[in-house]
Amino acid sequence: MADTTAPEATRSSTDTQASKGFSLSAKTQEQIMPWAVVIGLFVFWEAAVRLFDFPEFILPAPSVIFEAMWQWRLPILENAAQTAMTTVVGFGIAIVFGLVTGIVIGSSSLIYNGFYPVLIGFNSIPKVAVVPILVIWFGIGTVPAIITAFLISFFPILVNVATGIATVEPELKDVLRALGASKRDIIVKVGIPRSLPYFFASLKIAITVAFVGSIIAETVASNKGIGHLMIVASSRFEVPLVFAGLLVTAIMGVIMYVVAIAIEKRMTGWSTRSMDGASGL
Amino acid sequence: MGKGFVDIDDVALRYGGEATGTLALSGMSLTVDKGEFIAVVGPSGCGKSTLMKAMSGLWPVTSGGVSVAGQTVSGPLSIVGMAFQAATLLPWRTTLDNVMLPLEITQPYRSEMNRRRGHFRDKARALLKLVGLEGFDDKYPWQLSGGMQQRVSLCRALIHEPALLMLDEPFAALDMFTREELWGVLQDVWMTKKPTVILVTHDLREAVYLADKVYVMSARPGRIIHERDIEFARPRDLDITFRPDFGDIAHDLRDHIYTARQDAA
Repeated sequence: MADTTAPEATRSSTDTQASKGFSLSAKTQEQIMPWAVVIGLFVFWEAAVRLFDFPEFILPAPSVIFEAMWQWRLPILENAAQTAMTTVVGFGIAIVFGLVTGIVIGSSSLIYNGFYPVLIGFNSIPKVAVVPILVIWFGIGTVPAIITAFLISFFPILVNVATGIATVEPELKDVLRALGASKRDIIVKVGIPRSLPYFFASLKIAITVAFVGSIIAETVASNKGIGHLMIVASSRFEVPLVFAGLLVTAIMGVIMYVVAIAIEKRMTGWSTRSMDGASGL
Repeated sequence: MGKGFVDIDDVALRYGGEATGTLALSGMSLTVDKGEFIAVVGPSGCGKSTLMKAMSGLWPVTSGGVSVAGQTVSGPLSIVGMAFQAATLLPWRTTLDNVMLPLEITQPYRSEMNRRRGHFRDKARALLKLVGLEGFDDKYPWQLSGGMQQRVSLCRALIHEPALLMLDEPFAALDMFTREELWGVLQDVWMTKKPTVILVTHDLREAVYLADKVYVMSARPGRIIHERDIEFARPRDLDITFRPDFGDIAHDLRDHIYTARQDAA
């Protein structure tokens, strides 16, 4: 589910950036627009809550949420740090596992065809259903959160790397094979570098879903983390704190996504450039 | 048979199974002398590219024999250099590193790579100069035009000094002026390095301008139905392509291809 929300979010943000109604330069508009949208959303929210006089335990106004955020800043920071840690560790394991298995699976169509249905099946299992099993195995706490983050995020990495390696142009393969290149040569010289843009593109999806995985595990079974904090807050009817938790979650998600994009741009600038070049021919 | 540098003796090649597979070549025989430049033309789908695969050992023949340099071909040969219609350069490598790629794979260069990298670089630069790409060493493929990319592809096919150069419609994706320019480049390269060249093309002017001998293939399953020596003196100038005797040869070849297509239909 999280896989589909991420691209939609980017699409809608580019749409709003593309609309030009102000006299500012296009570039400034592009920079201002995301902030304007966020602020506009909060203003609208605040106004709606005041206008219709929603009770605080149904929908707290942003001002109340910010107040709760400030009031509970220490527990929020502590639990956010826990969630960030489990996310990053689970994500890190997913990178290693996804890269290695992606290379292996992409290298052989036999392995690819053999393992793909199993992987699809595995990916279709809602991870929230797996958490109780993890709790039986590892107990409540940090480990199930890390494992859930890993389980939910290795798949996009694996699929992207495998695709990058499996789709090396046949002509290029012929050039290399005609020179006597071994399968390993082709993977090392072409397959892996070629799959890097796919790999880095998958990171931004993987990091956001890893984050979702951590929070799911914390919500179901944990004594720490931002998910746990929200569950505790809702059981005490501290609704503004629940919303504060959601807001922090969203902010952390955006930060992780932005970091992943920055890494992607830095590592594989050649891939977007080469596409521009090809279209210009 | 068995005297030429490349010998193709009564080759049949079938893709897939005995009953359902496609017979791409049948009764294909061809002999190319060392240092000769030949062109193979034919109607589309006649198995020209299959012929290349059979010669380079990328695809095993179903019956008959292929030998290159006196050895029966049973797998890929490192004395072969290839270039295709698509330049297939690696976008993450500079021009120079793209040209050097075969040296990282074929022996003896592969094991000498660390020790003699500087020497190999000089070699690659010399080749780039020969095709008119001096000073483009550090450019990436996306910074080059289509014609330039194809020149780099040609250099990559030549860097390991292959005795046999196989070109599969290398200029087909280029505009006419760039194509004619690259004919000149290819002729220069051939006259300098003297490899044996097999050029597969559907451009008759290209075939007649470049080759010592042009072979016409039948429709699928492909075999040679006509061969013609081209005796213009070298180096050939583009002006000869406008001479009547050049036009007559191209016209005559065209008739053979037309007949081959008629037979197929």
